[in-house]
Amino acid sequence: MAREKIRIVNLCKRWRDVTAIDNMNLSIEEGDFITLLGPSGCGKTTTLRSIAGLEEPTSGELYLNNKLVFSKKEEIVVSPAKRNLGLVFQSYALWPHMTVFDNIAFGLRIKKLPKSEVKMKVLSVLKDMKLEGYEERYPQELSGGQQQRIAIARMIVNRPDIYLMDEPLSNLDAKLRVDMRSELKELHQRSGATTVYVTHDQVEAMTMSTKISIMKDGVIQQIGTPEEVYRRPANLFVAEFISNPKMNFFNAEVLSEGGNRFINAGGIKLNIKPGLIQNQSSVKAAIRPEDFIITDSGIEYEVTSYLPSGSTSLVYAKRGEDKIAIMLDGSYKAEAGDKIKVGIKKGLFNLYDIETGNKIF
Amino acid sequence: MSEIMGSETKGSPFLRRFIRVMSTPQKIMGSILFILLVLFVFFPAVNLLYTAFTFSFSDKVLPQVVDRGIKAVPGKFTLVHFERVFDSGLTKNMFLIPLLHTIIITIGLTFTALTIGTILAWIVVRSDIPAKKLIANLATIPYIIPAWPTALAWLTVFKNNRVGGAPGWFQYIFHVAPPNWLSYGPVPIIICLSLHYYAYAFIIGSGALATIDSRLEETGELLGASKWQVMRKITFPLVLPSIFSAFILTFSRGIGVFGTPAFLGIPVRYFTLSTQLYSNIRNNLSGDAYVIAIVMILITGITIYMNIKVIGARKSFVTISGKGFRAKTVSLGSMKYIILILIIIFLIIAVFMPLYVLTWQSLMDVDGNYSFSNITFHFWIGKAGSLDSRGILLAEGQAGILRNKMILSGAWNSIKLALFSAFFASVLGILIGYSIVRDRGKILSKMNDALSFAPYIFPGIAFGAIYLSMFAKAHGPIPALYGTFAILVLVSVAKHVPYSSRTGTAAMMQVNRELEEAAELQGAGFLTRFSKIIFPLTKSGLVAGFMLSFITVMRELSLVVLLVTPKTKVLTTMIYNYVQLGFHQFGDAITMLVVAITLTGTVIIRRFQKTDLSKGIGG
Ligand SMILES: Nc1ncnc2c1ncn2[C@@H]1O[C@H](COP(=O)(O)OP(=O)(O)OP(=O)(O)O)[C@@H](O)[C@H]1O
Ligand SMILES: [Mg+2]
Repeated sequence: MAREKIRIVNLCKRWRDVTAIDNMNLSIEEGDFITLLGPSGCGKTTTLRSIAGLEEPTSGELYLNNKLVFSKKEEIVVSPAKRNLGLVFQSYALWPHMTVFDNIAFGLRIKKLPKSEVKMKVLSVLKDMKLEGYEERYPQELSGGQQQRIAIARMIVNRPDIYLMDEPLSNLDAKLRVDMRSELKELHQRSGATTVYVTHDQVEAMTMSTKISIMKDGVIQQIGTPEEVYRRPANLFVAEFISNPKMNFFNAEVLSEGGNRFINAGGIKLNIKPGLIQNQSSVKAAIRPEDFIITDSGIEYEVTSYLPSGSTSLVYAKRGEDKIAIMLDGSYKAEAGDKIKVGIKKGLFNLYDIETGNKIF
Repeated sequence: MSEIMGSETKGSPFLRRFIRVMSTPQKIMGSILFILLVLFVFFPAVNLLYTAFTFSFSDKVLPQVVDRGIKAVPGKFTLVHFERVFDSGLTKNMFLIPLLHTIIITIGLTFTALTIGTILAWIVVRSDIPAKKLIANLATIPYIIPAWPTALAWLTVFKNNRVGGAPGWFQYIFHVAPPNWLSYGPVPIIICLSLHYYAYAFIIGSGALATIDSRLEETGELLGASKWQVMRKITFPLVLPSIFSAFILTFSRGIGVFGTPAFLGIPVRYFTLSTQLYSNIRNNLSGDAYVIAIVMILITGITIYMNIKVIGARKSFVTISGKGFRAKTVSLGSMKYIILILIIIFLIIAVFMPLYVLTWQSLMDVDGNYSFSNITFHFWIGKAGSLDSRGILLAEGQAGILRNKMILSGAWNSIKLALFSAFFASVLGILIGYSIVRDRGKILSKMNDALSFAPYIFPGIAFGAIYLSMFAKAHGPIPALYGTFAILVLVSVAKHVPYSSRTGTAAMMQVNRELEEAAELQGAGFLTRFSKIIFPLTKSGLVAGFMLSFITVMRELSLVVLLVTPKTKVLTTMIYNYVQLGFHQFGDAITMLVVAITLTGTVIIRRFQKTDLSKGIGG
């Protein structure tokens, strides 16, 4: 098992009436690329800043490299500079009065490295970041994507142990964002540095991370691989949040038929293991659009719209009150008004308790 | 873990926490500033109360003391000063009449200056008047030069022979003495002050109007409101907070103003609280003077408090977003040129006439003779002992100001004082700004914020009086500073704290906390962060703040008039003395020198950057 790099124990951060982090426990292993994912204001930035030491938590403990760097109880607070980590701010925080070169060289000069070495290191990181020739420019004279790469260059040139990145791609346009995703992923693979990455973009989290931690109101809802989080959302909040393409929800009745229990989700029968559901008469069923199939044994739905997008087609259909989105192969053709028979791939659904929102299956 | 368990974990957690929190740069700085503010703002205020409530040495001769056979032991509690001011045969002349005069002047001034300033601002920002830039530039000049030259110019023109001395232009030309109400007293005082202070309302008002999003107004028009309704229902409420702050500024200046009522009021015994306070101090009635100072502070403080109460809720919609919106202009139609001519006439009267009149008078050989043959450069460059055209010793044998050792040393004192004060004020300003912004919401930060605002409500003359009372003798480690140059610097810096701390806070707000944190993460200590990140990013604001303080200290009269001694005379107090002695040409020549220095200062600021004046005056 890989070494534990960051451990957060019972961490809380409060400001008077706001609780930004509520009793957080999280363990991050060396080489992980973990994403903190959640809606605006859920405490992502605060978590990152607490790890960096820029924010002092209200209670709890924090270990980096198995060393205690923060403990409320023991009153230990190691200063940010001594934690050997780098942070890319949401705003980039590039110094507007310094050239690109000076921005990147700042930390090296603080460490009093010889001039020639500073120059060599800065130029080499600029090359890695495909920014050669920009060293005499000022940050304001660069595009958003270039600024963002400078911010990353400024972080990695100091060779920190841990990379912290706060929504580094949120200020970029859609195309650039896609390009930068793969660049960042590459960077992570090359350096192997443990990375904590903050975003509220689900696709970004899914494509880049080795682990995702989904937060809401300062509480971690689920930690897992992208696959786990996508396939088995731990509760309704996560299911709704990780919902691209759109997740289908049904208020589903629990029925019995000859001793077997099953669930009626929009007419579609979902078989469940005996004993799984005890006393609820209805549950929430969640089915991803790509988990539907068109099958003769399916339930009849009426197509309301058909949205082909090349490799896949999205079909919206309804049956009485129930409306669903189905993702099918790009070759599938349909028209509004068509009748289709919808079934589901075996076992690819999740059930949630209506009251608590927690996953039953 | 063992590394950490070493030295860092000694002592109780509580103690370690205290030490750690108190050793952050903003706390260290905040604490030092707090001590300084207590010493030089809070302590003086307490001292003022103490002095007002106790006997001093000179009180032994007061009739209230002598008649009742009270032993006036210095330092002993007494209400005798309050009795004298509020409830004695002196009350009417020493308190009620000056209070009435102060109120008349302040109301007249505030009303006139605000009306002129806001109307002018509206015309410049929102109408299609030609030559906007030029008007705006000229209209702000009074802010740069002192207020009292206008009063001196007024005297030069409207002086009558009732109080002796040479008559003015008016009498010279028309051969009749102007009526007294036109020469002295409330009318000229209000006019002269308004011709100066309209510029404050203009700067604040045009700043506010320029930042209103005109889409807000367009929305109103689209909804069918008439132009007048839009103005009343949308524009006016939006600029109201700025009008209130212009009101507060003008009002508090009106209460405390000294130079103009001294020049135009004292000769006919038209006293205001400020001139009364001054004369009490000069007559060794400092206890009475301090009671008057308390009254002045209370009036200002209560007015500001009521204003904050009124605008408190509204303050939130000051729409100073900084983004330049398309300013939608209103067409003045055929009125355009008439209004332009009126504005030009006004600016000539307000800005050029005083300077022109003073320059001319400073060139007059015999005071009161306004013919060209009477022109001399003696008061500027004459040798000591020169004779005038009648064969009388010029200026009692004194040399012209540019040759006069005493005046040159006064000029040097003035410049030195302005430079030192501006330097310390800006440094203090940025430090206060840092500790307030970085420590926002904490008690220390709030106390510093409040303390640094306090001098705003002390009228200059009262603040000077406080320092006089406090530093006349030694207090613990602080020696008796009266008569030193240091006390002038101290009082100037302290009086400027409200402005410089605002400039500093505004400058610090521009520096996103993350810019500093990015450096902290890379191992930069506080001093490195300050010199490499914060200072370079706030520099331009600081330079502007520095120059503004320089100008303001340079032209300051009321604050220092009680504190200078022959050794530490500055130009403004020299002017005051010369004019009191009837040496008008000298006074005028020195005034022009002060104006020249402050104008030069402004030109230098403009060179450094485009300065937003409204930031510096607490708009
Ligand atoms: N200095 C502060 N004082 C008071 N409350 C704060 C402070 N900083 C953050 N908060 C509050 O803490 C909560 C979490 O903030 P945080 O910045 O961590 O959110 P976030 O998940 O990063 O959001 P976003 O996606 O919008 O950046 C919010 O409710 C925020 O208002
Ligand atoms: Mg954030």
